[in-house]
Amino acid sequence: MTIALTKKDFASDQDVRWCPGCGDYGILSAIQKTMPELGIPKEKVVFISGIGCSSRFPYYMNTYGFHTIHGRAPSFATGVKITNPELSVWVITGDGDGLSIGGNHLIHSIRRNLDINIILFNNEIYGLTKGQYSPTSERGTVSKSSPYGSLEAPFKPISIALGAEASFVARTHDKNQKHMSDIFLRAAQHKGTSFVEVLQNCVIFNDGIHDPVYGREVREDNTITLEHGKPMIFGKNNDKGISLDGSKASIVDITKEGLDAVSIHDENRENPDHAFVLSRMMQPHYPVPMGVFRDVERPTYETQLHAQVNQVEREKGEGDLKKLLFSDETWEVK
Amino acid sequence: MDNKEKKVEVIKSATIRFTGDSGDGMQLTGSQFTSTSAIVGNDLATFPDFPAEIRAPAGTVPGVSGFQLNFSSEKIHTPGDSPDVLIAMNPAALKANIADLKTNGILIVNTDSFTDKDLEKAGYKESPITTDLKNKYQVIEVQISKLTGIALEEKNLSSKEIDRTKNMFALGMTYWMFSRPLDPTIKWIEDKFKGKEDIIEANIIVLKKGFHYAETAEIFISQYQIPGAKLEPGTYRNITGNSAIVLGLVTASYKTHLPLFLGSYPITPASDILHDLSKYKNYHIYTFQAEDEIAAVSAAIGSAYAGGLAVTSTSGPGVCLKSEAINLAIMAELPIVIVNIQRGGPSTGLPTKTEQSDLLQVLYGRNGESPLVVISASTPTDCFDVSLESVRLALKYMTPVFLLSDGYIANGAEPWRIPNTDELPEITHNQITSFPEPKFRPFARNEETLGRHWAIPGTPGLEHRIGGLEKDYHTGNVSYDPNNHEKMVHTRAEKIAGIANDIPDQEVYGEKKGKLLVVGWGSTFGAIRSAVENFNEKNPDKKVSHAHVRYLNPFPKNFKSLLESFDTILVPELNLGQLSFIIQGNFGIKVEKLNKVKGRPFTIQEVQQKIEELIQ
Ligand SMILES: Cc1ncc(C[n+]2csc(CCOP(=O)(O)OP(=O)(O)O)c2C)c(N)n1
Ligand code: SF4
Repeated sequence: MTIALTKKDFASDQDVRWCPGCGDYGILSAIQKTMPELGIPKEKVVFISGIGCSSRFPYYMNTYGFHTIHGRAPSFATGVKITNPELSVWVITGDGDGLSIGGNHLIHSIRRNLDINIILFNNEIYGLTKGQYSPTSERGTVSKSSPYGSLEAPFKPISIALGAEASFVARTHDKNQKHMSDIFLRAAQHKGTSFVEVLQNCVIFNDGIHDPVYGREVREDNTITLEHGKPMIFGKNNDKGISLDGSKASIVDITKEGLDAVSIHDENRENPDHAFVLSRMMQPHYPVPMGVFRDVERPTYETQLHAQVNQVEREKGEGDLKKLLFSDETWEVK
Repeated sequence: MDNKEKKVEVIKSATIRFTGDSGDGMQLTGSQFTSTSAIVGNDLATFPDFPAEIRAPAGTVPGVSGFQLNFSSEKIHTPGDSPDVLIAMNPAALKANIADLKTNGILIVNTDSFTDKDLEKAGYKESPITTDLKNKYQVIEVQISKLTGIALEEKNLSSKEIDRTKNMFALGMTYWMFSRPLDPTIKWIEDKFKGKEDIIEANIIVLKKGFHYAETAEIFISQYQIPGAKLEPGTYRNITGNSAIVLGLVTASYKTHLPLFLGSYPITPASDILHDLSKYKNYHIYTFQAEDEIAAVSAAIGSAYAGGLAVTSTSGPGVCLKSEAINLAIMAELPIVIVNIQRGGPSTGLPTKTEQSDLLQVLYGRNGESPLVVISASTPTDCFDVSLESVRLALKYMTPVFLLSDGYIANGAEPWRIPNTDELPEITHNQITSFPEPKFRPFARNEETLGRHWAIPGTPGLEHRIGGLEKDYHTGNVSYDPNNHEKMVHTRAEKIAGIANDIPDQEVYGEKKGKLLVVGWGSTFGAIRSAVENFNEKNPDKKVSHAHVRYLNPFPKNFKSLLESFDTILVPELNLGQLSFIIQGNFGIKVEKLNKVKGRPFTIQEVQQKIEELIQ
């Protein structure tokens, strides 16, 4: 008999040491809440992180956990998942960790499509090193390392994931427990790499950076919740929609143009073009999409690898050590 | 001479070097000569020497590829200092190699390639085959290309296909010269070109033509015979250092009952390890070609965390990238074997040439106090044993282990007595499925070895978190306590130092005390041992000893007292004195150095000369 687990079972005995008010608390809570719903025993769950405030996450989960080095968590996760495909593997990373120092590993693990879940906490700043601009910071961001404004174009994490052939891509934010939890559940259920961007508030170094997106007052006008098979509607009065036409997204006034002018969201579209257009929608011109951008099936890396091992074994027979050592030209010395 | 049964001279050993353009198939010719010599029972050692560029302009000196082989009726340790026979397929090959040929040695040249154009490409103003050259060497001029063409005249082959077989002509000639059988190569040709009957036929014809040409044209003064060596009874095969590592790792996987995981990124001269292991999928080997070295080692550490037998392979520049992750493995106390096939540095240095200059890097090239185990292989066959030993120590002590090899032993081959795997001991590890206390302490240790437990994800009740941050000695939780940190630093150091109790004493060849001890490590073994042997034979009253160090961290327990038992210590190294530096720093013992950094191994002569200098 398996005893049903609760959220509490997934909390470790360690004090959570993020700054009071940090968005990370909400994310931790949502993941702890999601875990029992997965129906996976906690010994089968592994959290792997890089370095950053967000990457302290594994210490707070009462599962297996590995706090690794800056940016490389996806690679550690790769070794774990290949060696034991039965584990539910979660990668926790930040915008600096995942997109700066670890950009290379992030895109390659997404490309390989291992069945892992990558959760990127995006606070558009470096928290742990006390406030430098990050690869997702808006151009012109004034920070400790950019006193006269940053000069670099920001990355859009979802666009990068799609460009790396992601099979599952979603966005959520730290102020909505229910939405986060739904997305984490979907990510866990997806077979293949799930990439989830969580907009996260850093109260200390970048407080309110996402307020123009999901601040209480503007949330309904400035975000749009993507739902598969449903028209893409947003606005306080559900009176606005998105129309996708080729590479262009336009805002539709439903009261004038009617519901038919609004495009239906299709997560399962093989072609990532629509998802990509959605990934480029941002403030102030567009509402920022929340939810699942893309969810398609692709063979996972570890299943293919293990299948290949089995296939070769079927063809060549199980490896015989002696045969191997004695292969090649041999001769006898008496 | 009407008597075809011409003079056959029985000699003890010979060194032959095949050289030509990288497109001339000299590596193949060399390795065929090697296999055949092994089959007739010679002891042997090889030295393949590749150009750094894959496609250096044909006919130029940078494009020259060489393969040297020493074969003998006695035990030998090196591919030979200088060849007795040099085969030069073109002027560039002659230019690059002639200085090494022994005076009065045999030089076989493919005169067809000594055209004005090729001479110019090699940088010769006029043909180098002069009276001077002929006075110094036994020059044998053969129109190899033309004779190959004639041999295949009737065959319906393109001129390119014909030209490709000319290395077989050279091989055939040398087979006759050293009385080797053709059958093994014929069988090899049939296997290699299976399905391409015309190519098989062409190669065999040319091989035989070369043989018959040497026999009938009477181009050689004598034919030689080198009887089989008295090797220990058993079944043998030839093995290169890299393949010995591969077989050692596969064997280790059987002996540990753990699935082997290799995370790697291609780099010369280590890539063969990735290539070979990738072939053996049916041995439950998981190879992962990562996007870079950082991902390669990180994935391997991930595998170790999840319970795999984790290995990563690379060369010096790759080690630079891996350092941070290796430090994590030290901190998290996870077992992993890091294979470093050293090459010339710094930076990309001499990618295809050998050097021993990563010792300080692997010992000290990381932040913090970060001790790990360093073991070195000294010969191609030794690579097998060293692989097993690396795995044993990594698993028992939960530590990264560096296995040092280098380009010279990685590609060099020698006969290997295949071990009986049933007689090899099982390799144990620290995996646990339960813990005596209610709360699992991930950094609880075996009192004797100080190795921690290995609780792998998936094990109920042992959930825990590890990582690079300092851990509390008792609970394993993150701790910034200064005293705890100091204790952990000491503990990690003691764990590695304690391994000295688990490794054999340093062996000595010769007397255990005396005037001079030559201390070496890695691939310099052969040159040092031969030099010491030669010296002792010549000077029976002034015996010199040789200690070849396999365990570079920790050193064997008796190492210091051994060093103190000699008046003088000589350390020959293919670097500027890295082991010397460590010995002087660790033991305060002054040493004499012999250093060479030319991308080439020591010759016996070089070491011998230094010994003679030190012992008058
Ligand atoms: C190799 C290396 N370089 C730099 C650092 C310093 N460092 C630690 S965290 C970090 C940035 C973290 O930013 P982010 O990923 O956005 O995480 P956050 O702290 O905001 O959650 C940096 C630069 C490090 N630990 N290791
Ligand atoms: S610095 Fe920012 S991201 Fe880090 S814990 Fe504090 S609030 Fe959170």
